[in-house]
Amino acid sequence: MAERPVLQVRNVSISYLARRGRVRAVSDVSFDLHEGETLALIGESGCGKSTLNLGLIRQLPANATIDSGSILYTRRDGQIVDVLKLRPQELRRFLWSEVSMVFQGALNALNPVLRVSDVVYDTASAHGMPRAEAKRRALDLFARVRLDPERVFNAYPHELSGGMRQRVLLAISLLLRPQIVLMDEPTTAVDILTQRSILDVLEKLRDELNFSVIFVSHDLAVAAEIADTVATMYAGKIVEHGPVNDVFYRPRHAYTLSLLNAAPRLSAGAEELASIPGSPPDLIQPPPGCKFHPRCRFASDLCRDKEPELVSKEAGHLVACHHSDEVLATSREVRA
Amino acid sequence: MTSKPLIELRNVYRSFEVDGQHLPVLQDINLEIQPNEILCLVGESGCGKTTTGRIIAGLLPQSSGEVLVNGQPLSAYSRQQQAELRRSLQIVHQDPFASLNPAHTIGQILSYPLKRHRMVKGRAELRRRIWELLTLVDLTPPGDIVTKYPHQLSGGQRQRVSIARALTVNPKLIVADEAVSMVDVSIRIGLLKMLHRLREQLGLAIIFITHDLALAKYFAWEGRIAVMYLGRIVEIGPTPEVIAHPAHPYTRALLAAVPEADPEVTRHKQHLALRSEEIPRLSEIPQGCSFHPRCPFFLPGICDAKTPELLQPPNFIQLARCTPLNDQGTLIPYEPAQYR
Repeated sequence: MAERPVLQVRNVSISYLARRGRVRAVSDVSFDLHEGETLALIGESGCGKSTLNLGLIRQLPANATIDSGSILYTRRDGQIVDVLKLRPQELRRFLWSEVSMVFQGALNALNPVLRVSDVVYDTASAHGMPRAEAKRRALDLFARVRLDPERVFNAYPHELSGGMRQRVLLAISLLLRPQIVLMDEPTTAVDILTQRSILDVLEKLRDELNFSVIFVSHDLAVAAEIADTVATMYAGKIVEHGPVNDVFYRPRHAYTLSLLNAAPRLSAGAEELASIPGSPPDLIQPPPGCKFHPRCRFASDLCRDKEPELVSKEAGHLVACHHSDEVLATSREVRA
Repeated sequence: MTSKPLIELRNVYRSFEVDGQHLPVLQDINLEIQPNEILCLVGESGCGKTTTGRIIAGLLPQSSGEVLVNGQPLSAYSRQQQAELRRSLQIVHQDPFASLNPAHTIGQILSYPLKRHRMVKGRAELRRRIWELLTLVDLTPPGDIVTKYPHQLSGGQRQRVSIARALTVNPKLIVADEAVSMVDVSIRIGLLKMLHRLREQLGLAIIFITHDLALAKYFAWEGRIAVMYLGRIVEIGPTPEVIAHPAHPYTRALLAAVPEADPEVTRHKQHLALRSEEIPRLSEIPQGCSFHPRCPFFLPGICDAKTPELLQPPNFIQLARCTPLNDQGTLIPYEPAQYR
């Protein structure tokens, strides 16, 4: 990992306007993404991970607003741009060529009446890439994701299986050589062996082309496999962020620990697992103090009064928990 | 296990007609389900696990073969007995949004089957029974829940209502078809633990259908797992055996492919490459072993010629449907050059 962050997200807050009031889906999120890094955003549904991902490229639904913060992107030439300040025209250029996105559910993300080649040509022409180059690049990428390039290039989406479509989307997302690819649950709706081939292909492409990935998933197993760093989100905040092994083996936030204790592992034999009691908080009127305290077994008066800040505990491992040392001691006990 | 099976499927075959073509969705299904047993059906989409569940629950007739309930086919019972037996087999569906009527309160939803099947006498008993059921599925205090509509509950709570509804008629067996797939990871375990407790408390047998192997392992650790592929059971046995020492190449491939919530383990997993990633269509099920075009241990002349039987291979406890393994007890990787 290089020292230069390709993306610096600072104090970003995003809210939705609902009938009852403002839903603070993402509040005060900051993180860096480095060149070649894969960051996994994990958490329960409604924790704000997908909203954050969409917010990074300003593709939020109409009732959402980015209330504050900055999203600084470093171009290959070293120039830094604030994504939030791009004009619509600039934003259109920025997408695909600098940051692209792979959505969940490959069937919906491809237009059924367009051939794969049409999608490739449309995308290329919107960004001024010549047809011949677009085709050459697409065929190369299709081969890299282990598809039959010519066949797939001329196919309609319905002629491809779910796994093939997902790999087509992955390949097309790289057509314009973006530095960052955002992914929203790209392996959630697929079967085990299909998921395996998508993960293998993703890992291979990443090694060959060295792009960065922000990966949204509720599946801890997928995060464990492909992420370099993991950020746990709860109630719109990043509550823990660190290298994958630190977060999985030495979690310091009670919520991360609880998530890990709720995930069965195939090779672990008979396991003692536990659900997280209660449900995520109302984001219109969130609880005071630490938003996890009503569900937390470490909660004290301090947690009810004062919201913990995200602070560094060891190299690159940030946590927002008043009882992170206790959590760490417990997790050692459990994992020993 | 020597007790009389609750349900027995004998050579069950089921086809669906699509565009004038009969697609074999299930073939040669032989299963015995004991009272109070946990059986997990796992496999990829289209493998027939839901169809099997529906046949077990009596929601779908088989095309041929027999389904025995307490040792006899349903047709051998009187109409009244048939109705009783059907009631003893219940199903919980995947989607708690779709399976509960949004216009009815939880109290109403639970009262319909209780009244329809005359499980209670009078309003006082109806109310007491609904209270009891809600307490049984940890929806407390019941007084707060009965007047609510499904949309006022979380996904996990709705699924608890679905389970309570299945319990209204005192079933002996519950088919849980992907019953926790739609709820968040953090609360799945709570639902599974509750199903375990209900099984013990009420003596239920549970058929748990899932595509998630880690979840199957956790839920059925003390029961059995059946792995299905293209309409057949390819491996069945005690869960710890199937997970730790998979026999059938398909099971081996699946287990090797699953990522795990442990970075070191998942990154050092040895994957088993298949010869083809394409799942054959049901209209073109391959001759012989239906897995042979993808199998890394393909044995030409054997696997593509003879349909393997579900047998116990040497040195295994579970049963598997693989001819080379059953004959020789080992598998040899396929090397095409050797046969050219």
